[in-house]
Amino acid sequence: MQATERLDLTFAALADPTRRAILARLATGEASVQELSEPFEMSQPAISKHLKVLERAGLISVDIDAQRRPRRLEVKRLEEAVVWIERYREIFEQNYQRLDALLEELQAKPAKRKKKKD
Amino acid sequence: MPTEVTQPSDREVRVVRTFKAPRQLVWDAHTKPELVSKWMLGPPGWTMPVCEMDVRAGGAYRWRWRSEEGGKEFGFFGKFIEVNEPSKIVHEENFDPGDMGGPMSSEPAIITTLYEEANEITTLTLTMLFASKEIRDAAVSTGMTDGMEIGYARLDEMFKQAA
Repeated sequence: MQATERLDLTFAALADPTRRAILARLATGEASVQELSEPFEMSQPAISKHLKVLERAGLISVDIDAQRRPRRLEVKRLEEAVVWIERYREIFEQNYQRLDALLEELQAKPAKRKKKKD
Repeated sequence: MPTEVTQPSDREVRVVRTFKAPRQLVWDAHTKPELVSKWMLGPPGWTMPVCEMDVRAGGAYRWRWRSEEGGKEFGFFGKFIEVNEPSKIVHEENFDPGDMGGPMSSEPAIITTLYEEANEITTLTLTMLFASKEIRDAAVSTGMTDGMEIGYARLDEMFKQAA
């Protein structure tokens, strides 16, 4: 699977709040489908659908050897996606912090502003 | 309010940020080249040697950035599609890789910027529509600088949001 394809699936997987909550739970330790369904007012089949999306994106893995078939968080894959959006956001934030300073400067000089209006 | 970045659809990126300033000033800061080049610099270590903007429907613009270390350049260019002062601008954005390597974008992204004011706070909403999922994802992934360290703190933040 190409890197961009994988990233696609990752972003789509993270776009859902239930799936993010599942990932948060798995961050504290592996869990079976039954254990994952408990906190949600959702049937096991509904949770399984979400798990399939997360598995396809490579964000969680299944231990098929254990009878419970616990799901595990694939931390590195998750970090990649979060990192990319976060770095992108930081560039905008750095720009906008400079803009904050510029706007403050522009508002602090009423004489200069009058000149600009004329 | 820190900058919020979301992905409303598989081809879009949305950026929202508020400013303690009248809308007209935020508009000016985005449309006057002498102001734009003061803040739209990306991460530290870059200058903006080219900032040309003809802000009207059909007008062209050209932005170019240069790394202070190594002198590599890249930029964006395109045309304004819709200019509705002081509330809305729609423009097309073509990526010019310059010295950074990689292909020039085959299709421009369409950027819609909205400026809304309430109670002396201006909200900027910027929505970028890319030609495809792949191009959108590539654009997000190139917004990176070497050496920036991201640790588990980011993951923690994300999980806090999920709780």
